[in-house]
Amino acid sequence: MSIMDHRVLRRAVPAVALFAAVLAWEAFVRLAQVPHFILPAPSRVLVTLWENLGSLAVSWLFTLKITFGALALATAGGVLLAAVFALSPIVELALVPFAVVLQVTPIVAIAPLILIYVESTTAALLLCAWIVAFFPILSNSVLGLRAADPNLRDLFTLYRATPWQRLRWLLVPSALPYFMAGLKISGGLALIGAIVAEFVAGAAGRETGLASRILEASFRTDIPRMYAALLLVTVTGLAIYLLFNLLAKKLLGRWHASELPR
Amino acid sequence: MTAALELTAVEHQFAGGVLALRDLTLHVAAGQFAALLGPSGSGKSTVLRLLAGLTRPSKGVARVVGARAAPTISLVFQEPTLMPWASVRANVNLPLRIAGVASDAAEQRVAPLLAAMGLTEFAGALPHELSGGMKMRCSIARALVTDPNVLLMDEPFAALDEITRQRLNDDLLTLWQRNGFTVLFVTHSVYEAVYLAQRVLVLSARPGHVVADVAIDEPYPRAAVWRMSPQFGIYCRAASAALEGGYGGSA
Repeated sequence: MSIMDHRVLRRAVPAVALFAAVLAWEAFVRLAQVPHFILPAPSRVLVTLWENLGSLAVSWLFTLKITFGALALATAGGVLLAAVFALSPIVELALVPFAVVLQVTPIVAIAPLILIYVESTTAALLLCAWIVAFFPILSNSVLGLRAADPNLRDLFTLYRATPWQRLRWLLVPSALPYFMAGLKISGGLALIGAIVAEFVAGAAGRETGLASRILEASFRTDIPRMYAALLLVTVTGLAIYLLFNLLAKKLLGRWHASELPR
Repeated sequence: MTAALELTAVEHQFAGGVLALRDLTLHVAAGQFAALLGPSGSGKSTVLRLLAGLTRPSKGVARVVGARAAPTISLVFQEPTLMPWASVRANVNLPLRIAGVASDAAEQRVAPLLAAMGLTEFAGALPHELSGGMKMRCSIARALVTDPNVLLMDEPFAALDEITRQRLNDDLLTLWQRNGFTVLFVTHSVYEAVYLAQRVLVLSARPGHVVADVAIDEPYPRAAVWRMSPQFGIYCRAASAALEGGYGGSA
């Protein structure tokens, strides 16, 4: 099999599998005559999405705002803290327990407290999503900053590189594959964090996200609308995954084994 | 300008308590090409790290003595140790970039070295696009770009095939004769040590110390055919015997 055929196959197989699953779902609902308030057919979900696009789009944008806001903060905070850890083992020893505590405590358990303490709901949601997204970026960046080739480190020492030169020309490029792996995980987690926090907040009104639309629809047993909102969440998660995969390919595709064509 | 290498009564103990070197004294004169042979774990690489200033000896003195206040030292590792994200040109230019040399001036130093190493065509290539031999040429070019007084080499050709290894041996000798830097070349190969060096220093098993200093009185340039000569065999036997003695001298 040629490389070209292999590439086409790699893209075609998941797409065909997904399409077949949706078709099977549609066929099952129609043939078994499953009522739409139990399981709507994919076609009905799409129609519902189209009919409610206005209100769902507003909520979708709000969820996106929380997700990417939290991810930006997690990236800035994670990378900055990783750099501090790399420069000062004492600071690392002091702060690692806090990072671990935040990571191991389920967000659904902390969210109610955050919603009590933080007055702005948007800020509280942002904080919840940030807590979930922060740790993979921090831990991967710390790992990456330590992963530089020891011989290259010695060369930089031998040539009397300044700490800044060492950081820019050795540590940051060495850490990049690890950071990208963290970003891919955190991208999905930021969305999960945003959705979970919205569920806990249970907010209603215009300034609310897709989770609120799902809750609202469930109170009315409007199952197709629940699925429509859920579809937007899934598509968003998929888009985030593809976006960071593309970014990783762009940044690492020429030189790092993880992204080189096989 | 060249520099001499001096280790006097050096003892070195690793953090884990392993004694790597004990009472090691050696001197390599300025401009000399010396090879360092020894069993695995005898502390050969540690000797290079001490001379490069990357490690301090637990006892004794390790220093590079040159006409300049701070002699320039370059190190070539067993692995090419290239930055995988940077082109061949950028890798060779690294020491100059760190030193803040302007890009025009740096290019005037980098370009002739790339040509000498047969890498001009590959200047824009990334390390993973090169063969093992080309990667090592790139590593040597990087080591030479600062016009060093001292070149420390840690089994640089060990992972290469025999033909590439012999070619790089000849290239190295040409560069050494042209530039006149001092070389300390660590190797496991008796044949390579004898072919390249003016002196073969043999270390004992750990804790390493010099057990023999075999002078190779053969003029340069040394042709490949010299490897077939009886004299070459005599030198190799002398170095091998010293090496075997070194194994037996384990403390």
